[in-house]
Amino acid sequence: MIEVKGVSKSFESADVLKDVSVVFEKGKTNLIIGQSGSGKTVLLKSIVGLHEVDQGQIIYDDIVFNKLDFKAKKEMRKQIGMLFQGGALFDSSTVEENVMYPLEMFTDLSHSEKQDRANECLKRVNIINVNKLFPSEISGGMQKRVAIARAIALNPKYLFCDEPNSGLDPRTAIVIDNLIKEITEEYDMTTIVNTHDMNSVMEIGDKVVYIYKGEKWWEGTRDDIFNTNNEELNNFIFASKLSRKIRDLENKV
Amino acid sequence: MGLFYHIGKYFLLLRRVFAKPEKHGVYYRETLKEIEKLGISSMGIVAIVSVFMGAVITIQTAYNTENPLLPTYLIGLGARDSILLEFSSTIVALILAGKIGSNIASEIGTMRVTEQIDALEIMGVNSASFLILPKIVASVIFAPFLTLLSMIVGIAGGWIAGTAAGVVTTENYVYGIQYAFNPFYITYSIIKIDVFAFLITTISAYHGYNSYGGSLEVGKSSTKAVVHSSIFILLFNLILTQLLLS
Repeated sequence: MIEVKGVSKSFESADVLKDVSVVFEKGKTNLIIGQSGSGKTVLLKSIVGLHEVDQGQIIYDDIVFNKLDFKAKKEMRKQIGMLFQGGALFDSSTVEENVMYPLEMFTDLSHSEKQDRANECLKRVNIINVNKLFPSEISGGMQKRVAIARAIALNPKYLFCDEPNSGLDPRTAIVIDNLIKEITEEYDMTTIVNTHDMNSVMEIGDKVVYIYKGEKWWEGTRDDIFNTNNEELNNFIFASKLSRKIRDLENKV
Repeated sequence: MGLFYHIGKYFLLLRRVFAKPEKHGVYYRETLKEIEKLGISSMGIVAIVSVFMGAVITIQTAYNTENPLLPTYLIGLGARDSILLEFSSTIVALILAGKIGSNIASEIGTMRVTEQIDALEIMGVNSASFLILPKIVASVIFAPFLTLLSMIVGIAGGWIAGTAAGVVTTENYVYGIQYAFNPFYITYSIIKIDVFAFLITTISAYHGYNSYGGSLEVGKSSTKAVVHSSIFILLFNLILTQLLLS
């Protein structure tokens, strides 16, 4: 479980996060949604410690993460896996080397054991026969899956995904979404996904947190979304004609 | 104030770079890769520049010493001293600032803007140390070899040009390059190139590591890396010359 307690963050004179408090549950896919510029990426990066918060606490299972010293934070990070928007695979390393990298740095496994673990992770994300290729030689969807394989290589307790579907076609996006959900349940992780893809919300949103102008505006499950009276959330979720039609049909049923 | 801000930030980065490595074996392998990428791949350009540099220095020295009272072995001696004292360290360093400085800044800058550095940090890796330390070690180890290569090729280039142009005979050129030879000139040159190599890698890495935005910013960082490295090479050339030769 990850708890965010009264977190505020500003950059120069811009208040990006204002007193945000939310609990992200273990074994569930927790989604942070919001418009571009709403502060959801800053929230995610604050949770993982890439941004120092100005105020508040980030608590990982009773450990106040943002109060840890550099060394303790570094140790803690070994339990964290993250999937970045563009994959963030190392260009100069092959697919296999990318997945083996955390194992190289933080384990004393033999080379063959590391290779076995890397292959196991790649197989789990349905990537086969591309071990020796470089990231630039595989598709965007495959890159995302390799990034997931790298993120789970050390059996993390926490998984963070920053817009995992950006740049992917809807079908591949659903594959990635379902993979994240399956892995979350399989490894019993606390997963936080940052997205503005409404398909993701409907597909995997066990818990949804809506951020609006740096504040937590709404939280609930994907089913609650259809019945909410929150105007800003409705304007955001049902921005297109198609989504409004779906909502009306859902409400009729 | 901006200058002090960057100097402070540069030293803070260096403090992270020289922190204890997570895994020595991984760093060792990275260093070998960097020796190949930054050092061995620069041998060609250093050799080409040096041969022409040696040739031009020899012909210019011959032109400036065109006097029946001056012995022609002075051409070899003048070319040797110019190459050993200045050209094989400073000029080679300026070439390296252009070649490996821009390479380092753009590589690290691209890693920054594509979130690869964030990915390292999230894993708990000291990204500054992992990315920069092997480059510093590789360049400081290999730069003296490039300087020695430049000296040999430069002097050979001078001999080829001098004899081909008919301004000096082989005997006089060889006598000149051996005449009143001071081995400290080589030590001086190696000390200089090692300091320059450190400056090039750290300044370029600093600019790359602090790139934010997109490809345009990476390009700007790359340019700044070359310009600032070159300026500091010239500044430290003066300081080291004063310290070591005065």
